[in-house]
Amino acid sequence: MRRALWVLAVLLSHWRRHKMQFATLLIGLIAATALWSGVQAINQQARNAYDRAAATFGGVRTAMLVAPNAATFPQELFIKLRRAGWPVSPVLEGRVQMNGHSVRLLGIEPVTLPVDVGNAPRLGAADLGSFVAPPGQTLVARETLRGLQEAEGAAPAISSGARLPPLRVQPQLAPDVLVVDIGVAQRLLSKPDQVSRLLIGKPRGKPAPLASVVGEQLQLIEPNAETELERLTDSFHLNLTAFGLLSFFVGLFIVNSAVGLAFEQRLPMLRTLRACGASARLVNMVLVIELVALALVAGLIGLACGYFIAAALLPDVAASLRGLYGAQIPGQLSLRPEWWLAGIGISVAGALVAAATSLIKAIRMPVLATAQPGAWQQRQRRWLILQSCAACVVFAVALLLFHYGQSLIAGFGVLAALMFGAALILPAFLEIILLVGQRTARGPIALWFWADSRQQLSGLSLALMALLLALAVNVGVSTMVETFSRTFIGWLNGRLAADVYISASDNAQGTAIRNWLKDRSDVQAILPGGRAEALVRGEPVELLGLPDHALYRERWPLLDTAPRAWTRLVPGNAAFISEQLSRRLNVQIGDVVEVPAPGGSWELDIVGIYADYGNPKGQLTVNVAALIRQFPQTPQTRIGLIVAKDNIPGLIAALQKQFGLDDRSVADQATVKAESIRIFNRTFAVTSALNAFTLGVAGIALLTGLLTLANSRLPQLAPLWAIGLTRPRLAAIELTKTLSVALFTALLAVPLGLLVAWCLIAIVNVKAFGWRLPFHVFPLRLVELVAVALCASLLAALLPMVRLARMQPANLVKVFANER
Amino acid sequence: MSGEAITRRAFAGSIAALALAHRAGAQGYAGLGETADGFAKVTPGKAFTFPVDHGPHPDFRIEWWYLTANLVDASGAACGLQWTLFRQAAQPGPQGEGWANQQVWMAHAAVTRADTHRFSETFSRGGVGQAGVTAKPFEAWIDDWEMKGVERLDDRTLAPLTLKASGADFSYALTLEANRPVVLQGDRGFSRKSERGQASYYYSQPFYRARGTLSIDDKPAAVSGQAWMDREWSSQPLDADQTGWDWLSLHLSSGDKLMLYRLRQKDGRDYPFGNWISASGETQMIAGSDIQMMPKATAEVAGRKLPVEWQIAIPSRSFAILCKPLNPKAWMGTGFSYWEGPIHFAGTQDGVGYLELTGY
Repeated sequence: MRRALWVLAVLLSHWRRHKMQFATLLIGLIAATALWSGVQAINQQARNAYDRAAATFGGVRTAMLVAPNAATFPQELFIKLRRAGWPVSPVLEGRVQMNGHSVRLLGIEPVTLPVDVGNAPRLGAADLGSFVAPPGQTLVARETLRGLQEAEGAAPAISSGARLPPLRVQPQLAPDVLVVDIGVAQRLLSKPDQVSRLLIGKPRGKPAPLASVVGEQLQLIEPNAETELERLTDSFHLNLTAFGLLSFFVGLFIVNSAVGLAFEQRLPMLRTLRACGASARLVNMVLVIELVALALVAGLIGLACGYFIAAALLPDVAASLRGLYGAQIPGQLSLRPEWWLAGIGISVAGALVAAATSLIKAIRMPVLATAQPGAWQQRQRRWLILQSCAACVVFAVALLLFHYGQSLIAGFGVLAALMFGAALILPAFLEIILLVGQRTARGPIALWFWADSRQQLSGLSLALMALLLALAVNVGVSTMVETFSRTFIGWLNGRLAADVYISASDNAQGTAIRNWLKDRSDVQAILPGGRAEALVRGEPVELLGLPDHALYRERWPLLDTAPRAWTRLVPGNAAFISEQLSRRLNVQIGDVVEVPAPGGSWELDIVGIYADYGNPKGQLTVNVAALIRQFPQTPQTRIGLIVAKDNIPGLIAALQKQFGLDDRSVADQATVKAESIRIFNRTFAVTSALNAFTLGVAGIALLTGLLTLANSRLPQLAPLWAIGLTRPRLAAIELTKTLSVALFTALLAVPLGLLVAWCLIAIVNVKAFGWRLPFHVFPLRLVELVAVALCASLLAALLPMVRLARMQPANLVKVFANER
Repeated sequence: MSGEAITRRAFAGSIAALALAHRAGAQGYAGLGETADGFAKVTPGKAFTFPVDHGPHPDFRIEWWYLTANLVDASGAACGLQWTLFRQAAQPGPQGEGWANQQVWMAHAAVTRADTHRFSETFSRGGVGQAGVTAKPFEAWIDDWEMKGVERLDDRTLAPLTLKASGADFSYALTLEANRPVVLQGDRGFSRKSERGQASYYYSQPFYRARGTLSIDDKPAAVSGQAWMDREWSSQPLDADQTGWDWLSLHLSSGDKLMLYRLRQKDGRDYPFGNWISASGETQMIAGSDIQMMPKATAEVAGRKLPVEWQIAIPSRSFAILCKPLNPKAWMGTGFSYWEGPIHFAGTQDGVGYLELTGY
């Protein structure tokens, strides 16, 4: 034990003499752990929120019975099924308006509610009596309560004038849901003896076949392991994970170069230790212990950093997920112990992997072998060929995935393979460029410049690969975001056709508002709208009703249309389909889609396809009058107005005064647009932040690579100095070398980045969101990025160069004295 | 949510605690010590009318239809089953419509063989038709469990009946016949439960002959034997200091029936009660001082020590028996848990019966 401690002390003394190296090692480990665990924390938070939403009294995790047209059905069927042995429990769902918000209302029956309904919020024993017995209770999540600006215990009125039972906070409940007893829900939603669905619990015996009990009136929906939200948000989380993984690898590159150098430099030390009598086992064990201890310390710091990164990014992530998918994520971070353990684990595992080659080398070292520090990675040529072959294999995989892959994962696979392959082939590429340079060089210094650059390549290649990846991702992501941004704003301009938007609290108010508007001279047109929901081929679909008006014909953007599309919409037997739904259902113009409506099946000819960015649901657009004929329950509360620009503020003020509408219920086009763009910008705030982080980590990788090289390269530089090149001159040559290699890398990153952008737009987005954007290239952005890359390299190279320029001549002379 | 998250099962348990107040022991559960304010009171001298009294009495707080059967299969092996429907009113007053109805229903079903004991439970709210009881035609049901009069049902005998229930791993279907009228327990159906006036209305049909099929793990067996039904309703049956009870229904080999129970008190004293029903149907109350009920052996079930063997004597009738359980593990691990299982006895008379132990 004492002996081990001494060996450890000797090994650690190396770091005391090489503080920068030590810092590099720690920074690498911290960077690797921090971003990775930050991203994991965010993903975990989101998954918990999806679970919570899914488990709200029978989300998709529970098998259930529903009516084929997704309408409510008589409660009698519930009794029939119970009496036939079906362990079912009724749920009635609807929406209520209160304080200007629209909230989901769930009526449950707690006595029959299956015990195994996911991790549904539970009711206390004493509370259940008060939940059921008058006046009952309204269960609500704390954040919903806050959003509604109500206090616990209050019994607020909904828009119909009816009062909710007193509110009670249920922390595990999903946000934006009010849970009441089914009897209360039937009263509040004016649906006496009606049920939306029946949750199926664990069967007690052998129930009679479904059809023999209820015929065709109900259909069984099997539980879904993956929720709709999870499916939709997969791409988003994959994206985050990809960023986390990328920086994890870049961090490991740093660790690898730091550990590699340290081991090389410590070889004589190891040999001496062995010669002094320390057994190979002991020395190796202490080496591993040292590494693991360092990884633990760095892992802890990394986790703390990861926590802060996650906490800082979470509000934006939550906003993105809400904007894109309607997923509700609490903005406050809560972490499980598993997260901490996983973070520490990944740090240790990463350190061991990064140090594996060095450790193996040390373990296999014969006791009397001469240590040859600085000779690492000399067999460059063979290495380059091998690496290039590997790159070709990876490219082949990318091609195969592109050709045969269907899923989102395959899309990301193509991306990953492309980038990994490009990184692998980068050193060979640079080698060819430098070789060409060397061939064309004149004069001894120029010749040396190129030759030395080539020699340096192996030491810098990992750092350069990191830079290439970071830059390519940057180019790709920023191109995609820019493309999306332009397309989105153009689309929004067309889509927001009306000048003022009104959302009435109920049909009565809607009618009153329309009547009131008819008499006003400042309103040029009233455009009633409506929305209904239906299950089309098992897919929840939104039906959007638009009035027939010239404004829409002129401005509403369509991607593809049949002739006279708008005219054909009017009779009510044709529809436009959103791009994502057309992809999901594989529907083209000219096809027919059947929509189950309360009055029977509604057949719609598809006469147009339109972009519907940011809508998680598939959508069909039909004539509003036809929609109300087919779905008489459609709330007629949405009204658009055409108003001369100058009259807008006056009209809105009058509306607010007359009907007590708040800002949410009436808004002008500019406000709606600004809000949409604000949501959109937040959506990509996270992407930009992660982008910057990755570039930063790549910069650190380059810096550490250069620093480690600077030390080992003294023997190469000392003779030049002895020949008469001044130190500043030497430093300038070194700087030029670094910058030129970085420039080559950056230039290579541009086409790679564009390829990445194309993959994102043409593969990943289509699979993730269901829409495809036109591909644009933004040359100015590219120039900007190359400049940023060069600046980063300059910064990274500056420190070693300054050190070289100021180096004591004695140090350079020592190279000859210490000839190893 | 702080502390233990309580499930629907536990809620159901609390319904059970209230509903079982009489039969299943008073352990200081909420509601047991409450006065019967607002609910109808149990007073002596009630004239029972059938079929009306076979149906529910919603003005009273609690009520049950409780049937146990001692059966044998074709090979002569003994088995037993239980079918119980409890009604509990959460609030007094007029009956609410639909979901606003204040009645809560709970049911237990169990089968017991020497080698196994299976049980199941289910719950329902009143007012919507998932559970209920009608007097004419007689039917008591919850989900697909039911006790139903056949067309030629005699209101005086409450027979013939069909009975069925099923759990995940058992099911049964029986027909029940009886040729003697139901028997009023206690003082013409008024059953006093303490010296302070707690009481219930209580009648029984101990003369059922049962025949049918009993399946365990999908293996059906034809069974036949005797069954006993208890009907009881009340609003405040037990004193707050009564901790539980031991109850026996015995089919004597002579054809006589014997119902015995003792209510245990916190102070260690207990109140024995008994009714001797002759084979022809006449009943006679047995004075408490004349009943000796002595636990003989205990079994450890579900972490509790339960007196499953009893030495019983009624000296005035020169009656002395030793009761042993068919299966000492007949634990009802339902929301509200208790021990209930078939027994057999020997001594001055032989026979079979059912034992219920609550509040342990």
